[in-house]
Amino acid sequence: MSATDAGTITYTVPKRRHPVVLFVTQQPLGAAGLVLIVLMLTASLFAGFVAPYDPLAVDYESMLGAPSWAHLLGTDAFGRDVLSRIIYGARTALVVGLASSLLGCTLGAVIGMVSAYFGGRVDMLIQRLMDILLSFPIIVLALAVVAVLGKFVVGGIDVNLIIAIAVPMVPKVARVVRSSALAIREMPYVDAARAAGFSDRRIIFRHIMPNVVAPYLIMFTAFIAQAILLEASLSFLGLGVTEPTASWGLMLSGSSADFYQQAPWMIVFPGVAISLAVFAFNLFGDSLRDWLDPKIKL
Amino acid sequence: MVYHPMLRYIVNRLLLMIPTLAGVAVLVFILLRMMPGDIVELKLLAEGGGVDAATIAMERARLGLDKSLWGQFWDWMGGLLRGDLGISMWTGRPVIDEIASRLELSLQVALMATVLATLIAIPLGTISAIFKDTWIDQTIRLFAIAGLAVPSFWLGMIIILTLLLTFNWIPPLTYVPIYEDPWHNLSQLIWPALAVGYRYSAVATRMTRSTILEVMQEDYIRTARAKGIRERIVVARHAMRNAMLPVITVIGLEFAFLIGGLVVTEQVFNLNGLGKLFVETVTRGDFTMVQALVMLIAGFFIFVNFVVDLLYAAFDPRVRYR
Repeated sequence: MSATDAGTITYTVPKRRHPVVLFVTQQPLGAAGLVLIVLMLTASLFAGFVAPYDPLAVDYESMLGAPSWAHLLGTDAFGRDVLSRIIYGARTALVVGLASSLLGCTLGAVIGMVSAYFGGRVDMLIQRLMDILLSFPIIVLALAVVAVLGKFVVGGIDVNLIIAIAVPMVPKVARVVRSSALAIREMPYVDAARAAGFSDRRIIFRHIMPNVVAPYLIMFTAFIAQAILLEASLSFLGLGVTEPTASWGLMLSGSSADFYQQAPWMIVFPGVAISLAVFAFNLFGDSLRDWLDPKIKL
Repeated sequence: MVYHPMLRYIVNRLLLMIPTLAGVAVLVFILLRMMPGDIVELKLLAEGGGVDAATIAMERARLGLDKSLWGQFWDWMGGLLRGDLGISMWTGRPVIDEIASRLELSLQVALMATVLATLIAIPLGTISAIFKDTWIDQTIRLFAIAGLAVPSFWLGMIIILTLLLTFNWIPPLTYVPIYEDPWHNLSQLIWPALAVGYRYSAVATRMTRSTILEVMQEDYIRTARAKGIRERIVVARHAMRNAMLPVITVIGLEFAFLIGGLVVTEQVFNLNGLGKLFVETVTRGDFTMVQALVMLIAGFFIFVNFVVDLLYAAFDPRVRYR
């Protein structure tokens, strides 16, 4: 008889649950937002299958048609199907939202990390520059960038519009990432890496970057919502996406405004679409923050 | 030399505003000169008729656009320091007059939105915090997070649509100052104030809720409760007073941003305010006007920021001035 038989200790290993499962159970509201986001993504990816009509198909027979079985959300002043245009508009909103948020947050994060890591004069200079950018209201800055860059359309999407929406995010992200990175710079392992003779670039990207992933992700989701709103506003003003590309903001401008009374569905539904999309990303972003790092203030 | 630390703080902050404002000026100047298109050609073409090179050159010289970039920049800076904003390149009227006639309207809408938002946000946020995690809290939070999602210009359209469909009435289209005809003025401007005020109140409600929740964790709240003070007094005297600073901050910062936020909403209500002026002048490339507007908006924003920081230092003895 061996000694181990007598003293067997049994214990149960806590079941390791997938982080997605954990998120869904702990943050039901955020999960609801996530479901909406996934629905939107699917609809816009497969817009060709989901949309009942071609969003650009003009049909003078059914101009300003009220919602009906043939056109669930009615038709606009050119007889185009509102539902189909909203579905294709989701594609525009998501592409612009994701791309500009990715660009703005990444640029901001790099600037913030560089600023924190080098400190001193570099930090001082970058901070002053960010202060200058921060003293513009978001839409004023975006408008100025749009006016300067003009249009550069690739595949129906204006690349310069994406840049214009990304620019106002940069100083905000840089500020938050900088403050996170400042604390990490003082960590012994960063000293160790420096003592080992690693290059600055390697220390920034290998040692500091993994530690600012949480604020980055939180801001990335939050700014998608902001970008969708900004795209809608700029398109509404006629300075963003241009006809005939389907865009929610564009659907609210021009002819829609002239037919308020006859065809209210033309302005009601696109606005609902914008609100739902922004709502979904805000809900998800909020929960993500509570879940990852409740102390972060945007 | 011994200065009061508060005074030194104020002077320091004021001095720090100068490089920021100068940076804004340089940035705007450079951005504008990078803009494609030329206001002189645009304007002369808009007036119709054939335009020859000589006329264009003459007009450019009249507007000072024939000078070097340095020359133009110094002209502008010199004017600014003398308090002269120049002449609008498009209308030919002094920039200061064009702005003054619109500032009143935009400022009134912004102030009304602020009052509305504050009146809604502080009670709602406090109630939400007191009844944390009950259905009351959930409803208020939903109201607030929806306020962040609804675009204010669309809300404006919906307000007009609702008024039209239910009362067969639309707000008056011409602006009359409040001191001339308050009823006419309010019946026109209350709607845009509501439209932008919803988002504003949502931001402030969330801030109120989270700071009250934070403050309720403090030791002095426990002490107050332990002394046997009624909960209502604890919330009103101890929690709310201490929670107000961050809320004031958010209200102040959002107010500064509101001037920018009006850009889109003014279009919906067809209001001839600063926002509309900004969109028009940016698309026309009216350098003097855009420069003046941006300096005004950025300067205002920096100033509000400064005042907010000052309030912090003045009201919270724990805040130390650097």
